[in-house]
Amino acid sequence: MASSESLLPVSSQQDPLSDSRCDSIPESRRRRPIKVHLAIYSGFLLIALYVTLIITHGGSAPKNDVNDDTTVESRARLAGVSEKSNDHIWNLSNDLKGEAFAWNNTVLSWQRTAFHFQPEKNWMNDPNGPLFYKGWYHFFYQYNPNAAVWGDIVWGHAVSKDLIHWLYLPFAMVPDQWYDANGVWTGSATFLDDGSIVMLYTGSTDKFVQVQNLAYPEDPKDPLLLKWTKFSGNPVLVPPPGIGAKDFRDPTTAWKTSDGKWRITIGSKINRTGISLIYDTTDFKTYEKHETLLHQVPNTGMWECVDFYPVSKTKDKGLDTSVNGPDVKHIIKASMDDTRIDHYAIGTYYDSNATWVPDNPSIDVGISTGLRYDYGKFYASKTFYDQHKGRRILWGWIGESDSEAADVQKGWSSVQGIPRTVALDTKTGKNLVQWPVKEIESLRLGRKKFHMKVEPGTVVPVDVGPAAQLDIEAEFKIKKDDLEVVFGDDSVEDDKEFSCETSGGATVRGALGPFGFSVLADQSLSEQTQVYFYVTKGKDSKLKTFFCTDTSRSTMANDVVKPVYGSFVPVLRGEKLTMRILVDHSIIEGFGQGGRTCITSRVYPTKAIYGATRLFLFNNAIDATITASFKVWQMNSAFIHPFSADDLGVPSST
Amino acid sequence: MKMVVVMMIMMVMAMVSEANMIEQTCKETPDFNLCVSLLDSDPRGSSADTSGLALILVDKIKGLATKTLKEINTLYKKRPELKQALDECSRRYNTILKADVPEAIEAISKGVPKFGEDGVIDAGVEAAVCEGDFKGKSPLTSLTKSMQKVSNVARAIVRMLL
Repeated sequence: MASSESLLPVSSQQDPLSDSRCDSIPESRRRRPIKVHLAIYSGFLLIALYVTLIITHGGSAPKNDVNDDTTVESRARLAGVSEKSNDHIWNLSNDLKGEAFAWNNTVLSWQRTAFHFQPEKNWMNDPNGPLFYKGWYHFFYQYNPNAAVWGDIVWGHAVSKDLIHWLYLPFAMVPDQWYDANGVWTGSATFLDDGSIVMLYTGSTDKFVQVQNLAYPEDPKDPLLLKWTKFSGNPVLVPPPGIGAKDFRDPTTAWKTSDGKWRITIGSKINRTGISLIYDTTDFKTYEKHETLLHQVPNTGMWECVDFYPVSKTKDKGLDTSVNGPDVKHIIKASMDDTRIDHYAIGTYYDSNATWVPDNPSIDVGISTGLRYDYGKFYASKTFYDQHKGRRILWGWIGESDSEAADVQKGWSSVQGIPRTVALDTKTGKNLVQWPVKEIESLRLGRKKFHMKVEPGTVVPVDVGPAAQLDIEAEFKIKKDDLEVVFGDDSVEDDKEFSCETSGGATVRGALGPFGFSVLADQSLSEQTQVYFYVTKGKDSKLKTFFCTDTSRSTMANDVVKPVYGSFVPVLRGEKLTMRILVDHSIIEGFGQGGRTCITSRVYPTKAIYGATRLFLFNNAIDATITASFKVWQMNSAFIHPFSADDLGVPSST
Repeated sequence: MKMVVVMMIMMVMAMVSEANMIEQTCKETPDFNLCVSLLDSDPRGSSADTSGLALILVDKIKGLATKTLKEINTLYKKRPELKQALDECSRRYNTILKADVPEAIEAISKGVPKFGEDGVIDAGVEAAVCEGDFKGKSPLTSLTKSMQKVSNVARAIVRMLL
């Protein structure tokens, strides 16, 4: 009950209009200043309102006409996840064309892969801290224990003797400190000189600041590296002046400098310029930041998951991250936040001042026409030096291309690519080559060999039995006479404008292509994914070859992203056209010309599943007969499962 | 008197710059008027940075999804013949509420906006799927179309954070 004492007696309130405040000004003269005040006040108010009105309506010639632009993008395609960003065209959510498909558990459960790494359920993203230690390959990964979408991130953990047969282990790190309370994010491992491991990773603090933290194995004698200790002095790095609190993440593996210090790089951005910061350290606890950057490229946006490593100019093998010398080039790779593309460039590293210069600045890191590890769905990739076999291995996160409702319904989202060896292409010197690790061949069961001549405009069924888990290696030859005709014939136009992504896919016929395989097809080819070469006759009458994957007819469902992916692939004089395809349910990985151009895609057929999946060879060229020599293996499951005592006795495969 | 003048000027400037931030941001989206009306109507809009504006729009998506789910529930009784499509819509809109919205809020707050973009794009996708399930005879058209439009605006703002 309100007490009457709480009310101030009226008489004690300072009433600005009361007589008691004024001294001796007579009443009539007091009122004039008040009227003037009121008039000025109202005047300003009116002006303010007027100005505000002008400004808010001045901008109302909005870009609503952009709706017309959607026809350029919409081609039976949605504004799905990971669309290529385009400043001029918003990928708008449109009404769906085609059939809605009511996803059911039968169709969804077919999508789970048999031999690609994925957790038992829920969401996964970036690979973290991959390494080989005491006989085991270790793989850590960004994981959401609670949902099939990103969030609540912890470090998942798995081990394998052979990079293929993985065993799930308990989480390595969870957000249990103030400096990673909002996420234990991506990081990398470094081996110190004494063989011990340090892990640097990004934490999202309780105040949402991105910082770098140090962790190391609690028990170095444990080959499974089950438990990790976080350094009591974390964080070891916080965003430096001039860098945004949320633009500072994904520290790399460290490399030794010529004066014996360790050096790391961390991606960031300044306005729209992607950059890579450089720090030196001797103990991983205190760091000196360089004033200069390792590198920067304007208009590329935030650089995530930067990777920096040497490659041999002359040899096929991998190099430890600290190797340097005249026989070596250095790769900078970054994941472009803007476009969800992993770009890399080849260049020269100058240790004395910690800078790097690209061999070809016109295709610098992040430039849209520059090089990519993979021209399909592939992001947040990370390499490590495998000291066990002397190779550099590349991991890549492969997200879904379907709706989140489907992910929630099926209970999981994302897989990892098959680990690939990565090295400089010693024949061209201008690109990397990647290839699935040799250990994957241990999954091959049975083999069928084929040799087929395919006339223009033909599709040939390839009888391999079940067709959802396959390894295909193929060689193609274009009939010599046809090539000569094409060259000699001026009416056969130069395909100046061909690009896998924009030239309409595998049904658009050219003189010398497309030809390749239709995988995950049903008998009537109502659903199929084509992996193919398209050969063009260039301006100077030189052949130019493209390697593409067309997912636009991969499924009848219309709530899935179905692009055409691909790129130019170098083919040197005397080389035959070769491709390798790994098919594993909802993931297809294609490797053109020994891994010079790689394409990973995700597909979600509704009909071409279980016993109905087929394989076809096709030649959609107008003028060229193709001869294909190829081998197809059935692929066994990798039987990825939780680690148990029985697994300790697993012998290592060589 | 001078104080009053200064205060008036500051007030004008404040009003102008608040209007400016929302207006400048909304100019870069595919639906200026919708964007302004959504942000202006929210009390947080006047002092929010781009992240804050994005979060307001995610909130609008959440509110619209909740409203649509309520409508779906009443339709089960009114239009029982539409049960199958309503089931699918229910699934889709529950995804928006339980997966897309929390993902977007966490991602935008923590400075990894690309996952926020995934969430807001997906909200538009789920609405489009739901609408398509009625094969042209949808009782939810104005709600699903709204969601698509809000999703497009939200996406454009989240893009600015990348």
